[in-house]
Amino acid sequence: MQFLSGISLGQFIPGESFLHGLDPRCKIISTFILLSGLFMASKAPDFALWAIFLVCLSAMSRIPLGTILKSARPVLFLVAITVLLNIFWTPGREVFRAGFLRVTAEGLVMAFEMGMRLFFLVSFASMLMMTTSPMAFSDGLERLFSPLAKVGFPASEMAVMMTIALRFIPTLFEETDRILKAQVSRGADFDSGGLLKRARSFIPVLVPLFILVFKRAENLAIAMESRCYVPGARRTRLNPLAWGRRDTGAVSGLVAFISLVVLLDRTFLRHFSL
Amino acid sequence: MSVVIECLSYSYNLGTPAIVTALSDVSVSVERGEWVSIVGHTGSGKSTLAQHMNALLIPQSGRVEIDGTEVKPKAKGLRDLRRKVGLVFQYPEQQFFAETAREEIAFAPHNWGLRGQDLDRRVADAASAVGLDAALLESNPFSLSGGQQRRVAIASVIAAKPDYLVLDEPTAGLDATGIRELTHLLSELKRDGLAIVQVTHDLQSALDRSDRLLVMENGVGVTVGGAEDVAAFLLRNPVRGLVIPPLVQFSAGLRARGIEIPLTGDLDTIVRKVEERSATPLKYEPANGACAASDGQGRCSS
Amino acid sequence: MNRKPIFSLRGVEYAYPGAPSRALCGLDLEIAEGEWVALVGANGSGKSTLAKICNALLTPTQGDCFVMGRNTRDETCVPDIRRAVSLVFQNPEDQIVASVVEEDVAFGPENLGLPSHEIRVRVDRALEMAGLASCRLKGSFSLSGGQKQRLALAGALAMQPAALILDESTSMLDPEGRQSFLSCLGSLKSAGMTIVQITHRMEEAIQSDRVVVIDSGRSVWDGTPGDFFGGAYVRWNFEEPPDVSLYRELLSRGLLPDGTLPDVGAMLDALCLS
Repeated sequence: MQFLSGISLGQFIPGESFLHGLDPRCKIISTFILLSGLFMASKAPDFALWAIFLVCLSAMSRIPLGTILKSARPVLFLVAITVLLNIFWTPGREVFRAGFLRVTAEGLVMAFEMGMRLFFLVSFASMLMMTTSPMAFSDGLERLFSPLAKVGFPASEMAVMMTIALRFIPTLFEETDRILKAQVSRGADFDSGGLLKRARSFIPVLVPLFILVFKRAENLAIAMESRCYVPGARRTRLNPLAWGRRDTGAVSGLVAFISLVVLLDRTFLRHFSL
Repeated sequence: MSVVIECLSYSYNLGTPAIVTALSDVSVSVERGEWVSIVGHTGSGKSTLAQHMNALLIPQSGRVEIDGTEVKPKAKGLRDLRRKVGLVFQYPEQQFFAETAREEIAFAPHNWGLRGQDLDRRVADAASAVGLDAALLESNPFSLSGGQQRRVAIASVIAAKPDYLVLDEPTAGLDATGIRELTHLLSELKRDGLAIVQVTHDLQSALDRSDRLLVMENGVGVTVGGAEDVAAFLLRNPVRGLVIPPLVQFSAGLRARGIEIPLTGDLDTIVRKVEERSATPLKYEPANGACAASDGQGRCSS
Repeated sequence: MNRKPIFSLRGVEYAYPGAPSRALCGLDLEIAEGEWVALVGANGSGKSTLAKICNALLTPTQGDCFVMGRNTRDETCVPDIRRAVSLVFQNPEDQIVASVVEEDVAFGPENLGLPSHEIRVRVDRALEMAGLASCRLKGSFSLSGGQKQRLALAGALAMQPAALILDESTSMLDPEGRQSFLSCLGSLKSAGMTIVQITHRMEEAIQSDRVVVIDSGRSVWDGTPGDFFGGAYVRWNFEEPPDVSLYRELLSRGLLPDGTLPDVGAMLDALCLS
């Protein structure tokens, strides 16, 4: 029986590569630029360029491509559903028909586009999480949101909350795995019976999990309080964020790349159907 | 009838960069009615081994056989094997979900198809086997003391009537009284015919009670044998994370001084031996023990 | 002893909200600077409550707790008290805030609002003292159990406290992890740190300067480890470490000269065998 082992879900991988060294703000902004860039791409050659770009990022982060792709696995089924929905429910010129399902040429094109976009979206997002420590990530978010703090937005609390939520993910997986195993060894059966019976069979997993997580969250809160954490108080940083020349360079390079792709898409590739 | 493990290897995250080898080439067997302890440091593979014993994990290489049935992936009888070998996890009270202790204990036998009076009888038997007061059965398991919770957890496993009981660090988190009571309980269960497999890092208690011990280090079984042999082995070959218990150290020291004595004898044996061989009553000797100077070959400095 | 008191507890009572009985009932205790005190007692005797009282995480329902002369009741003193007294709890996993070792150690000093170069100095020193200097950039959760607990210790030391309270800090460690943790404490003690060690493992009390027995919310015995193991513990039904039993047995039969230490090597050397 294979339990929840081996799921990484974009967990931080410590390292000292170029990407690791960038300011988290730079990486967050870049990710958003990337995502908006992705929605301007529509043709197969565009996506080929994006794929090359992803390979380059993998080299710059010294994280093997396989690891990045694997992290996209948990959301792959989401991609699959999107693809299927698009294939069957896009109106247009019919290519073939199977019963009540009709497949259109437009549907195929749309499915390809959406599938590709979603796939790259997930890959870039997990790239961001793998090269940015949760602490740095939440620092970055806090600084990006800090203008909002003036109108009462709790940017600092949000940052700490973020750090802790991210830190809890591995714990959550470990505990779920342990409780699942323990209940299976007491004869629990999660694989048979109707939907209702199956849903009920998860109660012996969910109840202990909630109890445990609440208890641990409470313990952590006490530990943080004893280390002088006061919500909302001014905090300083071990590694204060410093926007450097290479951050500016990275963002500029990215904008240039996306402009190039968009330009190609709108000129040379205008007549491509895919 | 036995649980037989042969050349078992197991790695977590197989096929990813995060691969961790937990077991490599471990062999051990547990006969019905026997008490076997698995000792080793944290991360030595003890828990992974324990989870193989009741088919929670399927061997990646090597074999596991439970009463003659081999554990294979997708085999039909895995659930039956899990009934035969009960597994008590570390901090088992963390798996409680029911509103009463009775419901908690009934979980396993209910899963194995018992209903009505049979189920009630099974729960009552399990509760009395672990010495749990019948009045406590209706109480909320979370409101019980640490020691009582542990009893409920063990009862919830033995209620399925296993032939083997595997316990992962059963005394963790208990205080002295709790440990004493639990150890006593396990001895009684063994007397009633249950085979006990105890995963522990408490070498002293393992030496005191086991018929045989398996010593683990970094996923490898370094030795298997009776207490006396294992103690002798550990004195010759230090194993990571295992501290030789003081009484064994002392007995080894006596041996080095020419006294014949078992390494894992109890306190009385040791004191009797020392008394026999003591030269003179020492009360009148100078305080810093002048006669110690003649002896400099102590093998077991602490 | 004329050293400055760090903790003075006078008639401290505490009842958890909604609990039928009090966790502490009139506890008096004085702990001086530089002392290593072992607080021993069974589960539920009130030891952990005491730890939280000493760090102002809980306020006594009756009586007072003074930390370096400041009453924990006084809200304005709480930051100073938390700065002076650091806690290390039982489960290392529940104390780790950040996913990278050095970021976790920095959490406390960051809360104090120190400039980043000073945080850096403190983090490096604390990691050094906890023997984790080589793990600075590792993932917090990739450490072994003993290392995780030393990480929690480093997080506490980075606050540069006057006193450390260890609440069952070794109980989840294996003998290897426990030894590495205890030897860390030994060197801290020689550097002048006040250590309050809460434990139910008798053998850990041997290293301390003073043993205080807590039973049903009161301090019922107070003395040296020598006196404690010389017989006092019998009254509270504690599990005796086997070497101590052996020591007492040999001593009482006149097989060991008076003044021998309760240590296996020393006992063997002191025996006079034919």
